[in-house]
Amino acid sequence: MARKISYQQAINEALAQEMRRDSSVFIIGEDVAGGAGAPGEEDAWGGVLGVTKGLYKQFPGRVLDAPLSEIGYVGAAVGAATQGLRPVCELMFVDFAGCCLDQILNQAAKFRYMFGGKAVTPLVMRTMVGAGLRAAAQHSQMLTSLWTHIPGLKVVCPSSPYDAKGLLIQAIRDNDPVIFCEHKLLYSMQGEVPEELYTVPFGEANYLRDGDDITLVTYGRMVHLAMEAAANLARQGIDCEVLDLRTTSPLDEDSILESVEKTGRLVVIDEANPRCSMATDISALVAQKAFAALKGPIEMVTAPHTPVPFSDALEDLYIPTAAKIEAAVHKVIGARSAA
Amino acid sequence: MSTHLSTEQLLHAYEVMRTIRAFEERLHVEFATGEIPGFVHLYAGEEASAAGVMAHLRDSDCIASNHRGHGHCIAKGVDVYGMMAEIYGKKTGVCGGKGGSMHIADLEKGMLGANGIVGAGAPLVAGAALAAKIKGTDDVAVVFFGDGGSNEGAVFEAMNLASIMNLPCIFVAENNGYAEATASNWSVACDHIADRAAGFGMPGVTIDGYDFFAVHEAAGAAIERARSGQGPSLIEVKLTRYYGHFEGDAQTYRAPDEVKNLRETRDCLMQFRQRSTRAGLLSAEQLDQIDARVEDLIEDSVRRAKSDPKPDPAALLSDVYVSYP
Amino acid sequence: MSQIHTLTMPKWGLSMTEGRIDTWLKREGEQINKGDEVLDVETDKISSSVEAPFSGVLRRLIAQPDETLPVGALLAVVVEGEADEAEIDAVVQRFQAEFVPGGDGEQDSGPAPQKIDLGGRTLRYFDLGEGGTPLLLVHGFGGDLNNWLFNHQALAAERRVIALDLPGHGESGKTLQRGDLDELSQTVIALLDHLDIQHAHLAGHSMGGAVSLNLARLAPQRVRTLTLIASAGLGREINGDYLQGFVDASNRNALKPQLTQLFSDPGLVTRQMLEDMLKFKRLEGVDSALRQLAAALADGGVQRHDLRAVVAQQPSLVIWGAADAIIPASHAEGLPAEVEILPGQGHMVQMEAAERINQRLAAFLASH
Repeated sequence: MARKISYQQAINEALAQEMRRDSSVFIIGEDVAGGAGAPGEEDAWGGVLGVTKGLYKQFPGRVLDAPLSEIGYVGAAVGAATQGLRPVCELMFVDFAGCCLDQILNQAAKFRYMFGGKAVTPLVMRTMVGAGLRAAAQHSQMLTSLWTHIPGLKVVCPSSPYDAKGLLIQAIRDNDPVIFCEHKLLYSMQGEVPEELYTVPFGEANYLRDGDDITLVTYGRMVHLAMEAAANLARQGIDCEVLDLRTTSPLDEDSILESVEKTGRLVVIDEANPRCSMATDISALVAQKAFAALKGPIEMVTAPHTPVPFSDALEDLYIPTAAKIEAAVHKVIGARSAA
Repeated sequence: MSTHLSTEQLLHAYEVMRTIRAFEERLHVEFATGEIPGFVHLYAGEEASAAGVMAHLRDSDCIASNHRGHGHCIAKGVDVYGMMAEIYGKKTGVCGGKGGSMHIADLEKGMLGANGIVGAGAPLVAGAALAAKIKGTDDVAVVFFGDGGSNEGAVFEAMNLASIMNLPCIFVAENNGYAEATASNWSVACDHIADRAAGFGMPGVTIDGYDFFAVHEAAGAAIERARSGQGPSLIEVKLTRYYGHFEGDAQTYRAPDEVKNLRETRDCLMQFRQRSTRAGLLSAEQLDQIDARVEDLIEDSVRRAKSDPKPDPAALLSDVYVSYP
Repeated sequence: MSQIHTLTMPKWGLSMTEGRIDTWLKREGEQINKGDEVLDVETDKISSSVEAPFSGVLRRLIAQPDETLPVGALLAVVVEGEADEAEIDAVVQRFQAEFVPGGDGEQDSGPAPQKIDLGGRTLRYFDLGEGGTPLLLVHGFGGDLNNWLFNHQALAAERRVIALDLPGHGESGKTLQRGDLDELSQTVIALLDHLDIQHAHLAGHSMGGAVSLNLARLAPQRVRTLTLIASAGLGREINGDYLQGFVDASNRNALKPQLTQLFSDPGLVTRQMLEDMLKFKRLEGVDSALRQLAAALADGGVQRHDLRAVVAQQPSLVIWGAADAIIPASHAEGLPAEVEILPGQGHMVQMEAAERINQRLAAFLASH
């Protein structure tokens, strides 16, 4: 049996193995080592939650602490990517995109098209996403739909240690700019991860559970809630098919449609806010391309159209739950029997 | 006057400036016919800056420009006909007609793109300089921004980053007095943009941008400093633009005869011709020959660009990504 | 003397933690014999039948169809001789009271494969059972030691049985040197040396058959018997489109039609099987190892190695599925060996007809 490591260790291992394999890979970000210029120890933090810990000493000169200056260092990573290097920049929390969005939106994402197919910008921006740490409105967002909306970007959101390693290696080797979304509540999740290098291709959804009654499409941490709901529903005689998108751009439309063609029912689960989200995007896709197969209305389980609240009482209401997913499934199936 | 520039270097500098001027003046005429799509921001009047800086650069050195980028592109060696075709939105343009005036780029020539976002080139160039440092080359990277760009946070962040990381990076602020229709003596809080260098721990100088030789000398010092690992510099080049912010701008915010007076008394091409011929460094015939050659080049470029095909419909969807699943 | 046996959820392969009861093939009160298929169980990877490890009367069915139970959970009670209901109740009660599912926690409940460094390369093998002349199980192209999931434990009841991951496969090192049959056979010899095994029975499936034949050619004194299951190296034809298609397949949709050719029951090719195979194929080094080996094995649809002459050297058993779509069963014709052709079976005959093969192989080994 392959050894088990955490999601966080899987990311660290992917970075270390790729840096060892390819000298053009380097890391830049706020406190990715920590302690730059300070009198205490070097590599004091290894990232705010320790994800890059230890890489500083293994790869001298290639793990660069940046000042708190998101436009500066994210832009520098974009610039370095155009010059034959493979930067992995870390935007500590995805919420800080507000500071440096131009460098992603107008620069990295557009170079290839705008320059007539001649630019190659192999940038990876690793960033923490998601609610659940009582970190409130500016440190908890799920901005996958924002990135997915932008042509030229690839958007990755792994749900397991295995996928985290394979998707990150793919992201580093990929020649397009990639936004790599790491859910902060998954860092401690343990799972089987091969010691060797391997890649998980983009645009290939993962079937986590086969079922005939209804399709649950989701990604990131919501995958685990969908699986919990599916296990509960199985005991009630409802077989859910669970699809983990892995990447929201590119999107594995074929697998979504293939599954809905089989089950005839769809619930999309998205931790992001509901408007213009992956949930609405996938619902529209299925309504357009698999309408005839539908036996009931499409349901979406998402966060509400509010910022992420601070108090645990409110944040727990904000984040989708397995119970809400189960209720949505019953609603879709009930709608059929009522009709 | 005396100069350490060779005859070839002088002729090249003049040819670059003359090409930029002819390119821009022709665009001014052609744009008025309505045949050029979108909008263009002309560099005429500022030629000495591009030519003076780029005289020190090689293809492996990287520059980033801004919306007023034609001059930087020409000086960095981007193909003139390819630029013209791009501005006309043709398949034969350097970006296949998908970028246009504001996004002309040629990475082979170290031209990381004109840029429609003010100040955005500064962090990119800091990154190119960082790449040179990581790769261990002695390449440098230069960003051109205006007095408007000098107020952008992106420029501040890039200057700070370049300074603390000691990057081989040169920040060139081309202060033409106006950010769109707003005067820099109002919008810039300090007397000179170059004064801001002190806040980022790097040297800063203010240079007469009508004087090719002054720009050449200041840029040479900053680039040599960067190449030899001594870190970044800021150069403020004071100059003017002869045309509006974009074509169609009547420049009602400027003083009457402001441009006319500057053209007649300070023009960089005029000064270069007078000083180089008076000093006996170049002959009027040599310069006239260049003028004629440039006219032919521009005429030929416009003629071809006009008759070239537009991009194929399939180009709409291609080159969003390097790889698709 | 009577004996009350508990039939429990088996553990197939390394990662199985639970199984779902599909159907009971025997009824309460029915006499069953050791080796009989008693019920069908489905896991996330594969469906198969649970064989009775003992004979007796099936007195109590505990597990219900559609129920999912952890490995080791009580499925049924089988009684050899006499026992009254109260005695059976007591056995069931005691079992249920003491049973702790071990699936989720530490995996130290059973034997596990080991990894060694063999000449600078990691080699994984799984050593089960003891006594007798050891049997070595050699999997085929693109396979691993889990290809013997339904054979290994059963065969290990009688002797020491070792299954390995060949270089380039499973969890062994992926880098090949020459990438030919000799390299694979010499690695197997090196494993025998490492384990201090002088003589062994060899059983090889497909390419593993050719590896075994080649080992017998290189080191005849080490081989007691040869069992060749759907073996390469015994004839000219091979399904070159399969080899190429398998090597090239980089996603589920491309891989599925290839794997389907391996089985007589295409329903066995589950999404999980495809995922597991893709996980293997995406490991660094696997693609080039498979390409090297595919090229070393065959040129299009023609095998490069004719090892028929080796068969006569030692007692040999040749097994084939009559409907093998990869290497034709006709290659078994005319060999100086015991030959068993299983009607309707495909290339993965050791998995699909495990019970039959286990019995045949055990009998063959016992007689030599």
